[in-house]
Amino acid sequence: MPEILRVEGLKKTFTLSAKQQKLEKTRSKTKVAVNDLSFTVNEGEIFGLLGPNGAGKTTTLRMLATLIRPDSGDAFLDGFSVKTQPYEVRKLIGFLTSELKLEEFFTPNYLFDFFANLHNVGRAAREARKAELFATFGIAEFAEVKVANLSTGMKQKVSLALAIIHDPKIIIFDEPTNGLDVLTAKTVTDFLLEQKASGKTIVVSTHIFSLVEKICDRAGIIIDGTMAVCDTLSALTADKSLEDKFFDIYSESVGDEQ
Amino acid sequence: MNKNIITIMKKEFARFFGDARMVVTALILPGLMIYVVYSFMGVAMKDMFMPSDDHTPVLNAVNFPQSIAKIAPQYGFEVNAVTDTDEIRTQIGNKETDILIVFPEKFDESVESYDTKLSSVKPPNIEIYYNSVNPDSSEAYGLAVSMLDEYEASLSNKFDINRDVVSDLATNEDVMAFSIASLLPFLLTMLMFTGCMSLAPESIAGEKERGTIATILVTPIKRSELAIGKMLSLGVLAFLCGLSSVIGTFVSLPKMMMLDESGIDMNIYGAVDYVLIALIVLSTILMIIAVISIISAFSKTIKEAGTSVTPLMIVVMVVGISSMFGGGAATEITYYLIPLYNSVQAMSGVFSFNYSMTNVLVAIISNVVYACAGGFILTRMFNSEKVIFSR
Ligand SMILES: Nc1ncnc2c1ncn2[C@@H]1O[C@H](COP(=O)(O)OP(=O)(O)OP(=O)(O)O)[C@@H](O)[C@H]1O
Ligand SMILES: [Mg+2]
Repeated sequence: MPEILRVEGLKKTFTLSAKQQKLEKTRSKTKVAVNDLSFTVNEGEIFGLLGPNGAGKTTTLRMLATLIRPDSGDAFLDGFSVKTQPYEVRKLIGFLTSELKLEEFFTPNYLFDFFANLHNVGRAAREARKAELFATFGIAEFAEVKVANLSTGMKQKVSLALAIIHDPKIIIFDEPTNGLDVLTAKTVTDFLLEQKASGKTIVVSTHIFSLVEKICDRAGIIIDGTMAVCDTLSALTADKSLEDKFFDIYSESVGDEQ
Repeated sequence: MNKNIITIMKKEFARFFGDARMVVTALILPGLMIYVVYSFMGVAMKDMFMPSDDHTPVLNAVNFPQSIAKIAPQYGFEVNAVTDTDEIRTQIGNKETDILIVFPEKFDESVESYDTKLSSVKPPNIEIYYNSVNPDSSEAYGLAVSMLDEYEASLSNKFDINRDVVSDLATNEDVMAFSIASLLPFLLTMLMFTGCMSLAPESIAGEKERGTIATILVTPIKRSELAIGKMLSLGVLAFLCGLSSVIGTFVSLPKMMMLDESGIDMNIYGAVDYVLIALIVLSTILMIIAVISIISAFSKTIKEAGTSVTPLMIVVMVVGISSMFGGGAATEITYYLIPLYNSVQAMSGVFSFNYSMTNVLVAIISNVVYACAGGFILTRMFNSEKVIFSR
């Protein structure tokens, strides 16, 4: 399968405020969140970024989605650079992370039309897509309820539907099943598998091993902003479970530092 | 116009008009409040400072001389000859009667024999008692003083001033224009600013605070389109809010200024004047929106934005008040490049029929230029992750 996403030596450093320094229990004024990260994703596969809290998963995905700029390195999505062609990249991707909030005042129906307009989706296509996505995620009966009055799970499903209004070629989801009950989580994972079947490429980040085992074709384990290992799932789980593999890699890389 | 800009503007309008609380607090309440407060103030001030129309001034006099008795009726006085001054003084203090004049005994004879050049004693003295808190008494006092002044002048009349002519050549229009020119620019500026202040922080700092702006930023919309869409819609909404206050002001201004029922006749201004005022107001609103939007974009929360904008409010008040002092609108063109001050001066000029078209146009154009520069800065800020994701 041809490669559709190439990440080359991405690096991101944040400056920490005094408050953040305390939280992170560090005296250094900067935090390297992602450090020289490289990987590739092939067209039509589900790629998982696995890592503990604070590993840099969300930061990596935000750079791919052009919300923040890498300090150095670059990433190419279908040939477009996140650094020099962010506008093209945004047309190509559907991005979902918990920091992207919906305006609580509006209804799912209104927001769907609003984002469809921003994504340049015409009226007829929009209505067809709306019917399809609202049915898939069970949003239809809440279509006219203000987002403020929706449950957490329903909000997440609405966010998800809005992120893929334009039927993007590449779907990038940060923690897609976080905070969802098993039923809702299954709707989401089934949907991702369905999208993969129809030829889309999907990048997810998670710290849930079972999710990776269930849906990913390939996965990379990030520890402290660097890629510890990146391989197909069958290779990663050849001799032991993914979880055991992770502990091995983790103690190895932490051991390296000491 | 660009499709994305329209999409953003429509959303801002839907947000505003869909929220009954917002429409009431930002759009309806300011106009209504201004109407109620100004009307109330006007009525209260009328009670306080204006003498009643149908009151006959009462003059209590001790040793009332013949000479004055002859002219007093011409001034509309009802005269009471009295002897007990203490009782009358108490009555004046209690607002029961208007004034008391104590003439010296044999006033007419003393005046007759007094020679301004040769006499070595002081001239006869008249004492007038009144109550400054009672408008009727104050008016009677003023009337009595001018009556006595005129009598004194007539005793040694060598020449008159302004006998039987109306010497103030200001037309009614001028008088009205003068009072409007000194008050309205200040009012309009304040109303525009408060209108903008009630909208922009909510729309920009609010979206940042709630994390909804990031959701828009991952779509293929240009940052400039977002900035322009926001500024234009906020400008329109601020204009509507300002309009509500302006209507409230105009309806209540006659009462406030204690004019009679005919009120302020705005027909004294022509179409050109109104067009110029509208252009000045619109360009000023855009300029203010740009400034407040930038401040809001720097702020992390609506509250922080509100706090940062407040000092600006004081500047706006001071600049607004500048139209009330100084001799009319400034004439030098460089003044019309100073934001805000230019609008106040231009409005003041148009309202007082005394302006140079070049200066007014310079004011309008410079405001538009400042607004565009602001839009450019806002675009840059929307592009900056430090601004959008600051925490
Ligand atoms: N805006 C920021 N300013 C300062 N530090 C940041 C910022 N964003 C992230 N970080 C830091 O960078 C590191 C990586 O964060 P990131 O959110 O990418 O981790 P993650 O792998 O997504 O973790 P989690 O599983 O908890 O979501 C963390 O230490 C975090 O505190
Ligand atoms: Mg994360």
